[in-house]
Amino acid sequence: MSKFKKKSGGGTPAISTASLPDIVFMLLFFFMVTTVMREVTLLVKNEKPFATEIKKLEKKNLVTYIYVGKPKKSLLTTYGSEPKIQLNDAFASLKDIKEFVFAERDEISEEEQNQMTVSIKADEEVKMGLISDIKQELRKAEALKINYSTRKGEVYDR
Amino acid sequence: MLFYISPKKGALGALFLCLIIWLYGMVFALFSIIHQIENSMKIKRLRPELNAGSMADIAFLLLVFFLVATTMNKDIGIQRKLPSTEKASAATISQKNILTVLVNSSDRILVNDEYLGISELKERAMGFIDNNGKAQCSYCKGSQKISSSDHPSKAVISLQNDRSTSYKTYVAVQNELTAAYNSLRNNLAVIKYSKAFVDLNKEQKREISNSYPMHISEAETMNLASN
Repeated sequence: MSKFKKKSGGGTPAISTASLPDIVFMLLFFFMVTTVMREVTLLVKNEKPFATEIKKLEKKNLVTYIYVGKPKKSLLTTYGSEPKIQLNDAFASLKDIKEFVFAERDEISEEEQNQMTVSIKADEEVKMGLISDIKQELRKAEALKINYSTRKGEVYDR
Repeated sequence: MLFYISPKKGALGALFLCLIIWLYGMVFALFSIIHQIENSMKIKRLRPELNAGSMADIAFLLLVFFLVATTMNKDIGIQRKLPSTEKASAATISQKNILTVLVNSSDRILVNDEYLGISELKERAMGFIDNNGKAQCSYCKGSQKISSSDHPSKAVISLQNDRSTSYKTYVAVQNELTAAYNSLRNNLAVIKYSKAFVDLNKEQKREISNSYPMHISEAETMNLASN
C-alpha cells in the first residue's frame, strides 16, 4: 500500500476564495467607469413636467444645466418662496446667465462649441415669465440649442 | 412625487444585489468543480496560502460606494432651437397659414380663438398642418379646407403664452405639437417606406422631415391680461 494514500474523509473540501476579490474588482471597475457623479447639489425643488415626445441628450460634456424652481423647504425661510435660478451650486440672477453660458462654452473644445445644448431643468410649477426671461438671456448669449428637461409620461390624465 | 422615483431605484438596487449573489453562487460552484477535478486527478499542488480574505472586504466597500453614488439616468426632454437675436422675420404670412395657439394665465388653451382641451390639441394641429388647401401636396391627407393651411411647408404654428402660464402646461402644449408633427412624419414613413419613422436611415429621415418641416414660432411672452 502506498504510504501517501490520501485520507478519504467526508465533507466537502475547503473552497479557495482567493479569486473572489478579482470578481468584485471587476464589478467595481464597471461601476467606476459608468458612474456619473451628481455635479451639483440641488437647492431648488425640481419636479420636472411629463412629456412623451422626448429625446435623449447624448453627449454629456456638451450639455449645460440651468435649474429653476422654488427654493427647497429648508431654504424657504432664507430665500423666500419665489422661484429662483440655480447655476452650478448657487442661486443666481438673470444677468448671471450670459456670463455662465460663456464660461461653460469656453470649457468645450472649439469645434464642438456650436453643438452646445442648454438644458432647462425647471419645476413644473414655475411660471412661464421666468422661463421666457431665461430664454431671452440665452438668445443674447447665443446659446440657441435648448432642451426642456422632462420626465417620461403622459401629459394629461394627471 | 417622491414615490415616482424611489421604487425604481429600489428595484435597481435589488437587481444588483441579485446579480452579486448569483455571481457568488457561480464562483463557488466553479471552485468546487475545479477542486473535485483536481482531487480526482490526484494533483497535489504546493501553493503558499496568501491571506486575501480581507481584500474582498475592501473591494466590496468601494463597490458599495460606487453603487450608491451611481446615477445612470440620462437627461431627456423636448429639444428646441431658439431664434437668433439678429434675424428679423419680415415675411408676411397669410392668416390661414397660421394656427395660433394661445395659453392663458389660467392654463387654458385657445386655438384660433376657441377653447380646446389639451387632449384635442394634437388632432387639431395635425388637421391644420396636413390640410393641403391648394391641393399641391401629393402626400397630404387633409380635408382641403380653404380656410386652413395651403401646404405643410407653409403652415406655421404660432405659440403664445402668458407670463403666468405654468411651465407644466407649456411643456404639455409643446409636447402635443411635437407629437402632431411626429405622427404625421410617422404616417408618411409608413406609406413611403413601410417602416416606422424611427427605423429609417438618416437620409430618409431627412426627406420625411422636410416633407413636414416643423414651424413653431414663439412670440415673446406678454401679459395678456393687461392688453
